[in-house]
Amino acid sequence: MSFARYIARGELARALDDMARGRVTYAPRREGDAVVFRPRAEGEEPLLARATVPPKGVIFPQSERLFAFIREKDPNDPGHTTVRLDSTVDIEPALIFGGRPCDARGFHIFDRVYLNGPHRDPYYAARREATVVVTLACNKAGSTCFCHWTGCGPADTTGSDILLTPVGEGADAGFVAVAVTERGGAVLEAANLPEADAARSDAAQAVHAATQAALDAQSPARDLSATPARLLERFSDSDFWRDMSDKCLSCGACTYLCPTCYCFNITDENDGGDGMRGRRLRSWDNCMSSLFTREASGHNPRMGKALRLRNRVGHKFSYYPQLHEGVVSCNGCGRCITGCPVSVDIREMVVRATEANEETPNA
Amino acid sequence: MPVLKGKELRVVGFLCNWCSYGGADTAGVGRFSQPTDLRIIRVPCSGRVDPMFVVKALLGGADGVLVSGCHPRDCHYSQGNFYARRRLETLKTFLPALGIDPDRFQYTWVSASEGQRWKNVVSTFVEKVHQLGHAPRIEEAAPYLPLAAGGDSPRAPLRPLAYPAAGTLAASLEQLREKIRAALPELDCVIGWQQGFDALHATPLFMRKPEDVDKLTWGPLNVHNLATYLPQFKNRKVGVVVKGCDSRSVIELLQEKLVEPDNVRVFGMACEGVVDMARVQKTLDAGNADGAMCADVAPAAVAAEGDGLTVEGEAPARLKLADVVAEKCRTCDTPVPLLGDVVEGNASAPAGPAPDAPPSLEVLDAMTPEQRRGFWRAQMDRCLRCYACRNACPMCVCRDHCIAESRDPHWTTQEGNVREKLQFQVIHALHLAGRCTECGECQRACPVNIPVLSLKQWMNRSVRTLFDYRAGVDVNAVPPLLAFAVEEKNIKEHGL
Ligand code: SF4
Ligand code: SF4
Ligand code: SF4
Ligand code: SF4
Ligand code: SF4
Repeated sequence: MSFARYIARGELARALDDMARGRVTYAPRREGDAVVFRPRAEGEEPLLARATVPPKGVIFPQSERLFAFIREKDPNDPGHTTVRLDSTVDIEPALIFGGRPCDARGFHIFDRVYLNGPHRDPYYAARREATVVVTLACNKAGSTCFCHWTGCGPADTTGSDILLTPVGEGADAGFVAVAVTERGGAVLEAANLPEADAARSDAAQAVHAATQAALDAQSPARDLSATPARLLERFSDSDFWRDMSDKCLSCGACTYLCPTCYCFNITDENDGGDGMRGRRLRSWDNCMSSLFTREASGHNPRMGKALRLRNRVGHKFSYYPQLHEGVVSCNGCGRCITGCPVSVDIREMVVRATEANEETPNA
Repeated sequence: MPVLKGKELRVVGFLCNWCSYGGADTAGVGRFSQPTDLRIIRVPCSGRVDPMFVVKALLGGADGVLVSGCHPRDCHYSQGNFYARRRLETLKTFLPALGIDPDRFQYTWVSASEGQRWKNVVSTFVEKVHQLGHAPRIEEAAPYLPLAAGGDSPRAPLRPLAYPAAGTLAASLEQLREKIRAALPELDCVIGWQQGFDALHATPLFMRKPEDVDKLTWGPLNVHNLATYLPQFKNRKVGVVVKGCDSRSVIELLQEKLVEPDNVRVFGMACEGVVDMARVQKTLDAGNADGAMCADVAPAAVAAEGDGLTVEGEAPARLKLADVVAEKCRTCDTPVPLLGDVVEGNASAPAGPAPDAPPSLEVLDAMTPEQRRGFWRAQMDRCLRCYACRNACPMCVCRDHCIAESRDPHWTTQEGNVREKLQFQVIHALHLAGRCTECGECQRACPVNIPVLSLKQWMNRSVRTLFDYRAGVDVNAVPPLLAFAVEEKNIKEHGL
């Protein structure tokens, strides 16, 4: 099934139009100083910059209506009301273009929870199935990138349907497109593109190797296999978590920028004050917020930001891997570091937790 | 305006129980004919009308809002309407920032016996709203993104920005470190800055042990306002390193008793300006064809000297400070901290002249109301509702109990739409009225670079015009919205 096609740089917009027939395409667009995924118009030249916000919202919206409720009074028995639910979900076939391997792998982290776990989430499943993911391999390593520590990588195909690798320069610039999944293959076929010859396929391989090498030069890959246990050993070390979280503002930007953070909140919103009609919404939530764990009694088991940050790191590098065959639920995209107003560095926390224990194994 | 003459509009009236509601009753008993567009909400006092009520109504689709209370000096609670007058007047000058016609909102005074006056007030106001017609909805405005098109042209700073020679800088920094080391034994910690995850970023440093002090850095990357951390150290002694602008936040915190003077030690350093990271990134990225395949490739080293930053590494460059400096530094008139147990550095650094309006506000000023609606629609569209703007703000002290997230009261929904997001920005701006020191942390913290500071700048300009007041310069002052004058110098009564 795996086959490779070549897209000349000048042909990209046309090829995307063909691949996306019948689908809404989401592609990176610059808004102010940020790059965000937005529906793309036919023929529009897509931006190739890495987006500030990953495309997870296409499949897991920032806020979505699960259903609407309408209460109706029985005209013959006014004391009796019936509740009608309207749970029609509007899902359009979509295509996400221009995410990076770390973004696409995020969907794989979600899949394990929302598709293949004990409960299958119908909303997520429907969107995931309706969406083709066309990913752009990286040819540069950002200063906060550490995908190579986490099992991801600059050309990782996990979670993608098609992987594009930029090759060549100037007039010879283009992309080698490889179909990763069957539906990716079908979409790629539709674009009517020439086959990528051996030289170009080799060039793509060389780009993968060079980016990987640049990452290794920047920071050698770490073995995180011991980290889940080490983090658990650190669980009650309050000085450690205080030091790590001193500067954290507990804002949650890190989680909303994270392609693998999947927590949500559910709220009922009334339309009008009489409570007779309204909507049940599911919206992004995050463990860095105090409300996340505040109980109805007012008690909050995660009182301060140290305990909240411990959860974020612990969830990604300890609890999730322990439930999911060692897969860490961080793809090393570095967005939480770049986007954090005070530069809290998740790498530092992981390394410090792991290393400090190496020195004192029973600490 | 009455229903008989065309379509009814939605006008919300907040009427105080003691005077205006009585006045409306009197008008009814007197059978005065009145427009039927008004939906009355009875409140105990005009002082109970949070300006948020008005904005929520206007953003939610009301075509007009009228607030009416007892005449000044007649308040049932003696002072409620005096406070109301300040708040509502401030609100009136703020509405245009959102692209809302200020004529859609009016406040006035009607006593219980003034049935005729009530009839006139309500008729005049409703007629005016009818002239304006249906209020345009912010979510339906045509997106307008002038900044995305590169309209963001940095202006020359009002004072020359120049970093001293490396040696002088190092000497000042060493003196600062000495003072901190000496004070550390009595303090829980001292908050400063250290090198962050790469050469281009500094990050807050919490010094607890003498060796931590060695890590302290000083320079144009120290963008964070560390005063933000102070309120969480309640009842503990803590030190903080401040730039000139940050010192104003400390003053404001002291003034509002959010920190105790005995518990905070201020280590000041005269400042030559800090950079706007987005501008630095943009400058470094310029010339990178294809929109920079990866936007955060960091240089190997960055150093400030004279009027520029020297960048070493893969793409060496010399950036002019004037091109990449933070907007607030262009108009800074407090480079030397206004308070400090210790002030190091060039304490005679020149201040710039205080400008009438910060240059970044000119962007908003230059727009038509329609464009402003489109501007906020387009900007807020990408808001993540992460609340980093709030959590980074030194004066936002509710945080874990912010009404933006509270279900009780239920102020905003969890909907991801522009209206709810803008509603939150309005909450922030209104709660900061007369308290915001324009440190810019709200905007700097925003991961998607939404220019939320301009709303606060707009508000501050209103506060300056109305009350001749600037936040964070006098520890003994009272923020203007927590006070009133019986005769307001700059508020004229609105005739209706
Ligand atoms: S780590 Fe940074 S982005 Fe995340 S909550 Fe803390 S301050 Fe906010
Ligand atoms: S935790 Fe940070 S580095 Fe890891 S995937 Fe999330 S945003 Fe990226
Ligand atoms: S506003 Fe003034 S004190 Fe603050 S960083 Fe800029 S130059 Fe320094
Ligand atoms: S509102 Fe913004 S500019 Fe004003 S004090 Fe808060 S963070 Fe600073
Ligand atoms: S920081 Fe930016 S994205 Fe986050 S809530 Fe504030 S405006 Fe929205």
